[in-house]
Amino acid sequence: MLISTRFAVTTRALARAAPQLAAAVVAVVALSTLSRPADAMQIQTVKSPGGIEAWLVEEHGNPAMALKFSFEGGSGQDPDGKEGLANFMTAMMDEGAGDLTAEQFQDRMESLAMRMNYDDSKDGYYGNFETLTVNRDKSAELLKLAITKPRFDADAMERIRKQLNAGLVYAARDPEKAASKAWNITAYGTHPYGRPAQGTEATIAKIASADLESFRKKTFAKSNLRVVAVGDINATDLGKLLDTVFGSLPDKAELTPVTPAKMAAGTEQFIDMDVPQSVAVFGSPAMARKDPDFMTGFVLNQLVGGGGFASRLMEEVREKRGLAYSVYSYILPMRQTSMLTGGVATKTTAMAESLSVIKSEFKRIADEGPSEDELKNAKSYLTGSYALRFDSNSKIASQLLGLKEEGFGTDYIENRNKLIDAVTMADAKRVAKTLFDPKNLVITTVGKTAVAPAAGSKG
Amino acid sequence: MTLALICRKSTQSMMATLMLAMTSLSSSAISVRAEARASEFKLANGMQVVVIPDHRAPVVTHMVWYRVGAADEPKGVSGIAHFLEHLMFKSTDKIPMGEFSKIVAKLGGQDNAFTGHDITSYFQRISKDRLPTVMEMEADRMVNLRLTEKEVLTERDVILEERRSRIENNPSAILSEQMDAALYYSHSYGIPVIGWEHEIATLTPENAISFYKRFYAPNNAILVIAGDVTMDEVKPLAEKIYGSIPPNPKAGRDARPQDPPGRSARRLEIKDARAGNASFHRDYSVPSYSTAKPGEAEALDLLMKIAADGSTSRLYKKLVVENQLASSAGGGYEGSGLDSAKISLYAVAADGVGLDKVEAAVDGVLTDLAKNGVTAAELERAKNSYLAEYIYDNDNQANLARRYGWSLALGRSIAQIEGWPDAISKVSLDGVKAAANQYLDLRRSVTGLLLPDAQTNGNGVAQVPTKSRS
Repeated sequence: MLISTRFAVTTRALARAAPQLAAAVVAVVALSTLSRPADAMQIQTVKSPGGIEAWLVEEHGNPAMALKFSFEGGSGQDPDGKEGLANFMTAMMDEGAGDLTAEQFQDRMESLAMRMNYDDSKDGYYGNFETLTVNRDKSAELLKLAITKPRFDADAMERIRKQLNAGLVYAARDPEKAASKAWNITAYGTHPYGRPAQGTEATIAKIASADLESFRKKTFAKSNLRVVAVGDINATDLGKLLDTVFGSLPDKAELTPVTPAKMAAGTEQFIDMDVPQSVAVFGSPAMARKDPDFMTGFVLNQLVGGGGFASRLMEEVREKRGLAYSVYSYILPMRQTSMLTGGVATKTTAMAESLSVIKSEFKRIADEGPSEDELKNAKSYLTGSYALRFDSNSKIASQLLGLKEEGFGTDYIENRNKLIDAVTMADAKRVAKTLFDPKNLVITTVGKTAVAPAAGSKG
Repeated sequence: MTLALICRKSTQSMMATLMLAMTSLSSSAISVRAEARASEFKLANGMQVVVIPDHRAPVVTHMVWYRVGAADEPKGVSGIAHFLEHLMFKSTDKIPMGEFSKIVAKLGGQDNAFTGHDITSYFQRISKDRLPTVMEMEADRMVNLRLTEKEVLTERDVILEERRSRIENNPSAILSEQMDAALYYSHSYGIPVIGWEHEIATLTPENAISFYKRFYAPNNAILVIAGDVTMDEVKPLAEKIYGSIPPNPKAGRDARPQDPPGRSARRLEIKDARAGNASFHRDYSVPSYSTAKPGEAEALDLLMKIAADGSTSRLYKKLVVENQLASSAGGGYEGSGLDSAKISLYAVAADGVGLDKVEAAVDGVLTDLAKNGVTAAELERAKNSYLAEYIYDNDNQANLARRYGWSLALGRSIAQIEGWPDAISKVSLDGVKAAANQYLDLRRSVTGLLLPDAQTNGNGVAQVPTKSRS
């Protein structure tokens, strides 16, 4: 795949972008040994007549398009005592807007075969919209209605509230979900990152339509909007669509600042639940996404717990000892913190041994770093598999939206593999010492008391 | 409800992809455009080869599908099909122990495998220039698998953990297993793909090797390659790499024991402290795309879309919006079985509502459909919705490979796969009504109730009845 960057569309943008175009095309060839001009994935920066900016990749082979967008400010914005607000909002977006009741809105969506769904993280509120080319204008109107004039009717709100409550009841009895939730609280306490994004029955009960509308008004604005489009649409039509959908939003968002979050010092917690298989969630502090050591951490995690069968945790816990089906780790950088986190699920009697193996693998990589082979193989996987993230419209859109959120330019795609190749053994050994220091591990285990791991403290 | 599909390595994205694949399967699989997309030929040793070009990125999805699944297991060794799928990653004369996935990863590729009742599938997603290498590796393990006792027993422990994760830790999965066991009288669809725990615990290397030799051969396999390739490129590679493997004339499944007609509605219930709100479940055994009369599976597919798929469905509108008896409700037609298909319905009771009221309301919706059919507007919308779903799914190369591979492994032809939109658009109002009338018959069904059990709820002393039978 030849990835090139073409800044263009409006004549003003074109004039500014011309020098970068030349640089980008040269850089591009490194990404793949198979570059052919026919494969070029050209990322255009589109500015709508109304001033809304988006990235676009045109792909006219299939008569459909995907629009992915996000607003900065997710469940981290939930007011105290109204935890679960952003999550509630994601479920209300197709429950009626403008003149259309929930039922009418959903019938219309189905008639147009339009797809629209929403999701929230601590830092962002995400929208995913797909439409067939033939229904594009009508679908865009409906998307606009959802974003600008949601109704929050009482009957729809009560229906969703019941669903959210049923979800909470279920989650409380699911060891994996229970472990995750407790881990967050232990790691981040009362900081917004520690509060439950799904809320509690008590906080969900307090959420009124005015709260949803207030969240919408403060969060849905042009200043914190990021948009990418991929598929069967050209730049001019995308410009019109952007103005239709987002043109009437306020210019500036009113976000509550989220303070930096510091993870609790290493601690272990055990939660009693009568289940056949225990689940543990673990984590420790990691570097920020823009930290110069991030790529080194990313490569290290690949060979420790992120690389499936090519990672140490899988080898030691599953392949050698048969202790678990699933054991993994990943780095999750957020706006105000970053963590290396992971999990393991195993029968009650094997949990102590599994955790002990994981801790000793942390210690081993921190003390000794990786082997030359491991480092080489991890880098070779990460660079070689990058193109797999760009083989469908919706995957391309997800990748591009992620880059926009992190504040990277489209040139990141060309440079990314070079950043990975540049990670040295010296970097790896230095970074591993702190990233995998077992003393920092915060561990939450959910399982049966009777055979709790000896090291676990009751919590 | 759980997927009757198990994969070697679970990741969220993997499961999401599989869910998507299942969705597209239940709506079967085909191009809305009239022109043929995939091409095929057969190697001299009987192996079928299918290529689906998609030139957007210089990557390929390389899959080998075997016409064998958990429903082909001998009695008493349930789980062996899935167990063997795990063991296929161990070693051959050329691949050292445990290195298969590591080699693929070194090459910048991703690999995995999955097992269902009717199929077993292995795949790699990788840069196009590495295709010959993964083809060599896949061909090698088709006939050269080497197992040691120690590795097999360790992997058996892994699978028991997998079963605990998927089934034992999930009350609705336990219910689903019990409902399948009751739905099928003789057919092995009544046995879970992952196997019964007590049978998994006794599986041996000999069981695995015997199953392997019985079913793994080029003439019982289908090669599917989607991505940045053409048939002209693939053909010589396939002839050289897979074509050199001798066929095994005995490879292939036997006909499975078929069920007699249902004569009685079956019922069961499970009480589990972890169940959350009480929920109602109903499955019917009905014809599949492989067994139905022409147009009938498509009619069932559309019927269930209208009856139970999402918030615009009859079921959701009646139970969740109008009567507020349930907090959620839904269902669908899982039409991909080789020997039969399943209609599934569920509803989670609203707080304080008894399941008897929920059940009566579900039956009210179904009775109305069987008696009066659906409206022309509903049918039109459901058809459009499926055709659109098909277009959206075309976006993903791995989905395309899965769509073709699965149907071909069940014996459907490319023409049938690509003729599906046409078949869907031909379904009439009468066809849907006839399907509803004939197949929404309680004698074909099992009803399952999942009830929270307050007495063992969270006191940490009493045993959770994960194995309770009803």
